[in-house]
Amino acid sequence: MWLFNSSIGRKFVMSLSGLFLILFLTFHFAMNLVAVFSGDAYNMVCEFLGANWYALVGTLVLAFGFVVHIFYAFWLTLQNRKARGNDRYAVVAKPKQVEWASQNMLVLGIIVIVFFVLHLAQFWYKMQFNEIAGLDLGVDPHDGYWLIQTTFSNPLFVVLYLVWFAALWFHLTHGFWSAIQTIGWNNNVWLNRWKVISNIYTTIICVGFAFIAIYFYAIA
Amino acid sequence: MDKNINVTLKVWRQKGPKEKGRFETYQLKNIFQGASFLEMLDILNEQLIKEGKDPVVFDHDCREGICGMCSLYINGHPHGAATGATTCQLYMRRFNDGDTITIEPWRSAGFPIIRDLMVDRSAYDKIIQAGGFVSVNTGGVPDANAIPIPKENADLAMDAAACIGCGACAAACKNGSAMLFVSAKVSQLALLPQGRIEAARRAKAMVAKMDELGFGNCTNTGACEAECPKNISISNIARLNREFISAKLKD
Repeated sequence: MWLFNSSIGRKFVMSLSGLFLILFLTFHFAMNLVAVFSGDAYNMVCEFLGANWYALVGTLVLAFGFVVHIFYAFWLTLQNRKARGNDRYAVVAKPKQVEWASQNMLVLGIIVIVFFVLHLAQFWYKMQFNEIAGLDLGVDPHDGYWLIQTTFSNPLFVVLYLVWFAALWFHLTHGFWSAIQTIGWNNNVWLNRWKVISNIYTTIICVGFAFIAIYFYAIA
Repeated sequence: MDKNINVTLKVWRQKGPKEKGRFETYQLKNIFQGASFLEMLDILNEQLIKEGKDPVVFDHDCREGICGMCSLYINGHPHGAATGATTCQLYMRRFNDGDTITIEPWRSAGFPIIRDLMVDRSAYDKIIQAGGFVSVNTGGVPDANAIPIPKENADLAMDAAACIGCGACAAACKNGSAMLFVSAKVSQLALLPQGRIEAARRAKAMVAKMDELGFGNCTNTGACEAECPKNISISNIARLNREFISAKLKD
């Protein structure tokens, strides 16, 4: 199967799963933005999703996307290190056209996952998982607004989340256009256009997330 | 104005593919800045021979930037810091009096070291043999203008065909990927009607051979394009991806 045993096939899987995760982030950002305008509206969104069957199916598909993306990331990196060989260059000079993020995607990805685990513990565990498992946490699984307020009233979590969004920004500025390039939707003209588009799009999403975290700290 | 300079060379010496290599330091005095980098290495070798030592082994042939034989990782850059030029087109006026110049071979699992600075790049030849050609039935020579080709495609094909297969792309790549080379070789033919017929088969065969030979997976860092002595664009890589993915989807 070419998606496993060819280099371009493996990269293709990486691209599609990456773009899928960007799409998810977009939806997630849109939902968070609701909380800035109205707590009740945000809780309606929480209730609408909750542990309903479509939300559970969505969560499973999403989890599959994450697992594929992470598994392929480690697989590709191991192969690439082998292809590089054991001897390293004594002198390395990075050409200025090469983005720093592009050479550190795995590290940035690991940082994103670590904070992602924190995020799951702080929100998903107390919301969807709480509802499925019927845990006695003393937290209403549909009161997401209250969770946001309490979490971001703590400056430590605001700072941690900002670090997370910064890592995500670096990861996505390369990841977005790189995914398009791997799929092959690129040429001399669109190469720079896609880079600009991915910078703008990533900035909107990451700055947006950061704004929401800071906003809730400010009003707390 | 070019003048004479003194330089210190740190050169990778390795007796054979399995031997352990190390850096040796050499002092060179009064090197004319108008000399090419390879001429400077010739002067070093004459000096070494006079001292009764083994000369440094390095690849070179045409010395005019078209054969793809010269290599060398100079101060952290394949073919040196100059852009759009091969090592043989690099001149000593790029360096200053008292500089230390570190010279290493290509380091990539796909290019094992033969001796000193010479590496085995036959992997690239094997990729070409896998499909980097147009099958022709011999017969009468067709008229050059019998098949119209859009100017834009002709230009893009010519730009891709500028690749000399020197291996700088894989040498510069942190993933040891040969994608820039393979994409240039696929593009130069896929863009032209004569090569278009076998395009799908060619892309699949060349990528399969590239993977089989142990080259890495491209992560679009763009280091290859930045270091390529022929300025091959990574838009060729997008074309190769397109050719390969659509060929596989049709299977």
